[in-house]
Amino acid sequence: MLNFVQRRRLFFTIAGILIALSFVALVVSAILFEGQALRISIDFKGGTLFILHFTEPVEESAIREVFVENGHISPIVQRLGAADDNSWQVRTRFADTEEVQRILDGLDAQVGAVDRALSNWNTVEPTVGAEVAQQAALAVFVAALAVLTFIWYSFRKVPHPFRYGVVSIVAMLVNVTITLGFFALMGILQGWEADALFLTAVLTVIGFSVQDVIVVFDRIRENIPRHRGESFEMIVNRSVLETVHRSLATQLNAMFVMIAILLFGGTTIKPFIAVMLVGMLSETFTSLCVAVPLLVVWEERDHRHSLARAAA
Amino acid sequence: MERRTIISFVLILLLTAMAIYGVVSQQHPAWLTNLLFWQPEASRNLDFQLGLDLQGGLQVLMVADLPAGQALDSQAMETARRIVEKRVNALGLTEPVVQIQGTERIVVEIPGIENPAQAVDTIRETALLEFVEPPSNVSLEMIYMLQTTQTPISTTYGLTAEQLQAQSALTETMLFKTVMTGADLANAFVTRESQTSQPVVAIEFQSGAADLFSEYTSSHLGKNLCIVLDKLIISCPRIDSAIPNGKATIQGSFTYETANQLAVQLQYGALPIPLKIESYKAIGPSLGAISVEKSVRAGIVGLAVVFLFMLIYYRLNGLAADLALGLYVVLNLLLYKLVPVTLTLPGIAGFLLSVGMAVDANILVFERMKEELRHGRSLLRAAEAGFSRAWTSVRDSNIATLLTCAILFIFGDAFAASLVKGFAITLAVGTIINLFTALVVTRTLIRVAFGSFGNWVQKHSWVLGL
Repeated sequence: MLNFVQRRRLFFTIAGILIALSFVALVVSAILFEGQALRISIDFKGGTLFILHFTEPVEESAIREVFVENGHISPIVQRLGAADDNSWQVRTRFADTEEVQRILDGLDAQVGAVDRALSNWNTVEPTVGAEVAQQAALAVFVAALAVLTFIWYSFRKVPHPFRYGVVSIVAMLVNVTITLGFFALMGILQGWEADALFLTAVLTVIGFSVQDVIVVFDRIRENIPRHRGESFEMIVNRSVLETVHRSLATQLNAMFVMIAILLFGGTTIKPFIAVMLVGMLSETFTSLCVAVPLLVVWEERDHRHSLARAAA
Repeated sequence: MERRTIISFVLILLLTAMAIYGVVSQQHPAWLTNLLFWQPEASRNLDFQLGLDLQGGLQVLMVADLPAGQALDSQAMETARRIVEKRVNALGLTEPVVQIQGTERIVVEIPGIENPAQAVDTIRETALLEFVEPPSNVSLEMIYMLQTTQTPISTTYGLTAEQLQAQSALTETMLFKTVMTGADLANAFVTRESQTSQPVVAIEFQSGAADLFSEYTSSHLGKNLCIVLDKLIISCPRIDSAIPNGKATIQGSFTYETANQLAVQLQYGALPIPLKIESYKAIGPSLGAISVEKSVRAGIVGLAVVFLFMLIYYRLNGLAADLALGLYVVLNLLLYKLVPVTLTLPGIAGFLLSVGMAVDANILVFERMKEELRHGRSLLRAAEAGFSRAWTSVRDSNIATLLTCAILFIFGDAFAASLVKGFAITLAVGTIINLFTALVVTRTLIRVAFGSFGNWVQKHSWVLGL
């Protein structure tokens, strides 16, 4: 029988490297973007985001000029999609409706006609942004707490239910760290910004991050009374191998859908889906290779202690 | 085969037929839509409701902008909401939504709007209409200059006796006396002047005010009366004759749209609470159409792969799961129409993702079934054991998903993000339907299959992927 649990040193090393890389990405992002470990979107800090579709090719400098003329000193102007899409994204400070109108009129006159039907703009006051950011932090906290409570409840009948809960939370934290690290990296490379959808993705990842753990733990719970003579490590290993097919098959199906959305879906939700995809991949890894071996280490140490006590 | 199995099989077939009819057919008879008693009577239908991001439109979030220390009255907030709603409805657009969010915010969503900037002005601006008497020592030239340069003037409206005294001591020469205000209006509408066909705003005073107006005009013949909007002079016509019936027109350099905007603002009065725009979002309508098209394509590809995978990996069982999954998709779509659930881009993503996750329950069962078969159980007993043993895992992981959805839904309110809520709702609806299709439907299909040709399956175990 393949001994999965015995490879734990390797798994812990891989997890350690992934966590370290994530922190590097977060720190680099913080250095590059004025202390933002993740680039924050206007949803959380206020500001205006324009997605502008022009009817003909235009110059970046001309767009910038119109914004500066209207008192927006440092707009971030980026091209969206291919060159012949004529689509541009501009981020700037909060602008009221009249300012937006003036900017659009200015663009029409000095740069090129803006196709309103294919454009959108979104503006948020800084105070709202701060409020939303607070709520977001609270949401993540509540989600983590709810999941911990749930695991503790559903495993209340196994010995040491608290340990099951703790290792699940550790796995979840590792998972979230890796997901955030990925997002920070994409922020550096592609300019992705954390918005309300990003938060949704993270909360979803938190919710899903216990699914594999639950299935394996459920099997452990079932196998303990069945294989009385076996060591805990053996039982856990058996449980992992018995459920690994299911974990992989399920992951594959979710991935098929997400990859299809990434390839064929709209550009606006790509970061959202990508975060979930990475979250799910790392979820499978952290469930099987972090949560489960951690539980074994914890239980075995206990076991050794009691053996030592029995010998003495 | 047991009677119970046959009955549930027939019921599932009926449900499938009904669901397919509800989803696929575009036209539904009136008696059917009338059955949807939980939907508001005026808009009962069986159409998909698309969110702003899919059909384009405007979302405005406004917050009560009170001076520090002043308490917010929920009654006044509701009045403000109703006034905003009336103004929005007067724009003549389909299905606008005006809701109070929390205690101090009003959110307005107007789908498919073409000129968001003007709509925002109509919604927010309070129009204070005054008929004022110019001070006697101000010349007509002076007034004309104030009008052309759009210089705000001071009027006596809203001043207390003390303020009035202080004001008149300071700027005696330039204080305009307010005779009537827009609060006395019974009606305001756009019409065209008969000679020039210029758009003008016709107004009618309430009966008491009409008498006052008649009295005033008859005692001030030959004088000028200025029409002032938000402290800016619009025009200063001369009173040529007494106006007995309380009807007047406001002439200015209006286009039809601006005249209509003014009429709407006059008619629905001032807001009891000043509102400040906190955020607003405008989405071009064609952009939404492209998103829908792309999502549908992505969905078809993604689901096709999932269907194929299940069929290839689990063979006969996979076929049962695929049929159940087909029903799952149709039931979801049907519920979106029935409830109705407003579909957004993340909402569609949530639905597609839920399809990918929906097979999880079946996979758990089938893996369990294979194990039981390897242990030498008979086909039917292995199937039953698969379903009953997998139940706890299925239950627990679904509860975890529902918990997440609940949290997303509750906090989605705080983000003013219908997008977040949309995702949470579709994922939650999917998870619940999945419990039915993946367990009840698949189980019945497998019982029917094994019941009718179980012996053949037992001999050809490759059809189960063993």
